[in-house]
Amino acid sequence: MADLSIDFAGIKSPNPFWLASAPPTDKEYNVRRAFEAGWGGVVWKTLGLDPHIVNVNGPRYGAIYGADRRLLGLNNIELITDRPLQTNLEEIKAVKRDWPDRAMVVSLMVPCEEWAWKQILPLVEDTGADGVELNFGCPHGMSERGMGSAVGQVPEYIEMVTRWVKQNTRMPCIVKLTPNITDVRQPAEAAYRGGADAVSLINTINSITSVNLDLFAPEPTIDGKGAHGGYCGPAVKPIALNMVAEIARNTETADLPISGIGGITTWRDAAEFIALGAGSVQVCTAAMTYGFKIVEEMKSGLSQWMDEKGHTSIAAISGRAVPNCSDWKNLNLNYVAKAKINQDLCISCGRCFAACEDTSHQAIGMSADRTFTVIDEECVACNLCVNVCPVEDCITMEAMAPGSVDPRTGKVVEEGFADWTTHPNNPAAVAAE
Amino acid sequence: MTRGTRIDGIAAGRLDEQQYTQNFGDLYAPLDRHEAQVASDRCYFCYDAPCVTACPTSIDIPLFIRQIATDTPEAAAKTIFDQNILGGMCARVCPTEQLCEEACVREAAEGKPVQIGLLQRYASDTVMAQGKHPFSRAAPTGKTVAVVGAGPAGLSAAHRLALHGHEVVLYDAKPKPGGLNEYGIAAYKTPDDFAQKEVDWLMQIGGITFRHEQKLGAQMTLDGLADAHDAVFLSIGLGGVNALGLADDGLDNVVDAVRFIETLRQSEKSSVPIGRNVVVIGGGMTAVDAAVQSRLLGAENVSIVYRRGQDRMSASAKEQDHARHEGVRLICNAQPVAVHADGVDFEYTADGPDGLTGTGEVFRLAADQVFVAIGQTLGEVGLDLDGRKIAVTGPGRTSRAGVWAGGDCAAGGEDLTVTAVAEGRDAAEDIHATLMNGA
Repeated sequence: MADLSIDFAGIKSPNPFWLASAPPTDKEYNVRRAFEAGWGGVVWKTLGLDPHIVNVNGPRYGAIYGADRRLLGLNNIELITDRPLQTNLEEIKAVKRDWPDRAMVVSLMVPCEEWAWKQILPLVEDTGADGVELNFGCPHGMSERGMGSAVGQVPEYIEMVTRWVKQNTRMPCIVKLTPNITDVRQPAEAAYRGGADAVSLINTINSITSVNLDLFAPEPTIDGKGAHGGYCGPAVKPIALNMVAEIARNTETADLPISGIGGITTWRDAAEFIALGAGSVQVCTAAMTYGFKIVEEMKSGLSQWMDEKGHTSIAAISGRAVPNCSDWKNLNLNYVAKAKINQDLCISCGRCFAACEDTSHQAIGMSADRTFTVIDEECVACNLCVNVCPVEDCITMEAMAPGSVDPRTGKVVEEGFADWTTHPNNPAAVAAE
Repeated sequence: MTRGTRIDGIAAGRLDEQQYTQNFGDLYAPLDRHEAQVASDRCYFCYDAPCVTACPTSIDIPLFIRQIATDTPEAAAKTIFDQNILGGMCARVCPTEQLCEEACVREAAEGKPVQIGLLQRYASDTVMAQGKHPFSRAAPTGKTVAVVGAGPAGLSAAHRLALHGHEVVLYDAKPKPGGLNEYGIAAYKTPDDFAQKEVDWLMQIGGITFRHEQKLGAQMTLDGLADAHDAVFLSIGLGGVNALGLADDGLDNVVDAVRFIETLRQSEKSSVPIGRNVVVIGGGMTAVDAAVQSRLLGAENVSIVYRRGQDRMSASAKEQDHARHEGVRLICNAQPVAVHADGVDFEYTADGPDGLTGTGEVFRLAADQVFVAIGQTLGEVGLDLDGRKIAVTGPGRTSRAGVWAGGDCAAGGEDLTVTAVAEGRDAAEDIHATLMNGA
């Protein structure tokens, strides 16, 4: 049986599945239910200084759906906790006392002034919490007041505040990053320089979910107006995976632990984040969609996969895909593939034909009896036919053996490796020695 | 079932009112908005889609399904009605399992086609419930066309002709328009007076005058119609029925199945007498409709007896399954040899090189009522025939200039509502082209 327990930047938990700082971790009642359901840890919903903030009294969420109203993306305009600081602190202390083996991380957001951090950190430390997470990511509402992503978008502020925190508490410090930035490596480096024990990402993405075409107003709509919110859920996972990989690949931050966040819905999503360097994962939208019970599938699925593959611990798989994250220029141009259609599986829908004929390389032929075949002379192996085919594994990309001739180019497929850096068409190519 | 099913002989009111209502309600419940969205999402939007090829009216099925998926059922309905103005009825009665849904790639892949029929019903019902008619008539052409027979072919032709600006006089031998939609289809396929509602909706195009109880050869002649109009379209269906041709064919308990179905459609169900033991002779949709409805009226034992093998039955596999599900017994390879007041004698048959021959093995089925559903015939029309139907070339041109024909009375095509609609539409286009290019 694989060991799912983790030690993430000094914070221990029985499994890598934490609930992210968000409505599910807003109060004692929810967090107790989460721990009873089996979550390894929580990041308590962001605390601020009193007087506590207020929320809107209309809709806070908007959603994007797939088939059968399957929720693919969620947008929110909720702010940090809207309850008194003392109430939260008492509840955190009570829960942590009863659940000592679970990770209790407390998310914080106070003004960018040292006194504010000096004031709140001892109060959190007193609860017995295992660590703090600095919310430099929230992109709506709080950012208008110079907090949240307004800090996360300025690396100098990140470094400064992180340093204050490290100087004023013994607790591990996780810096939560915003994706609303052009190069996520820079805020990560700033956190690292400030002494952060880890980073977590991504926070939500600036978004307007939809527009009400009767009101001509963005949704969710509050009395005829809408403000941008933060987007999360399965739709943001590819963006989050890339940002996690960017930080994991960066030699400057190579040993900085990462808590992966962004659309994690199943064990497989979690395993992918871990493979790209995450040491723990945080979940929110999936729990908000299906309830806390989903953690059972996440744990059983991850455990089964690890057992099947012989992986014994989370540490053993964390970052295993990072060395294979490459720049485009280093991809092997001698690798030649062709699409191949399995006629036994093909159901003759013709989607591959329409896609290739209308929008790609005219590399699929269609006969009068609706047999679809790849024209190797035209196929550039773009993979679009694979992506639009409704039947799994019906169309595959088959690598050509070295020595054979690519009928498209008439050239022999070379055995060795050759990338753009040495390609004759590259004006900056380095001649082979 | 109540005790009424065990009353011997022929009796009305075998069931209580609630059972009649339940039995003759919608066979397949319509999709609601959410169900339609889910069902429409299953469509792969195939290239040159096989379902369109399989549809006799060539409705652009992937397009209308995508329009449903994007929450514009009104646009979906327009896509349907552009090709098939009786898309509402066809959504209910088409043997989709032999047409579009059989061709659906998901039928090939999973044995579960996209629910094209139900989706078509969702779209067409949405627009009809709004009372909107999404077509407007062209300027009057000054031409008049007689359409004889207000069934699917006639209604389709009349609408298309009126759309082009012609004046249409629509004649029918019956009191109500609709043809088989009104008088011939099983009640549970088109409850709530849908056939008449659809005709009323269709008539909103304007320019169509309905004249009821006008039968060709009785109240009017083909010559007279040709003289009074610029063109004539015949869609008179098959008015006659084949008889068993047995000695005792004249018995009171031997009833033409078409007449039985017609009576049922026009009556309170509780007033229709039905036997405790019913035998239906035939192998087509009429046989199934008669047999199933006999059961729904409370007959205890109902059998369909067909003279050839099951694979030769023209009723689809789905219809056969439906009959079995309703408790109808299917007996194949048996032909009637004698009819009695209380039963029918059948002889088993063998289908060999010399055609169908009796094996000499005879059995008797008890029958208070015998419904005969062995095909319908065309009466005398004074036109060249192809087999037993009016010979046509191209889009319904008969041997007489200025006279077109379509639907069940014309040769070619299957005897389906949807085929009749296509033939009516195409003949109307040809009539329009002829009238506008001619004199």
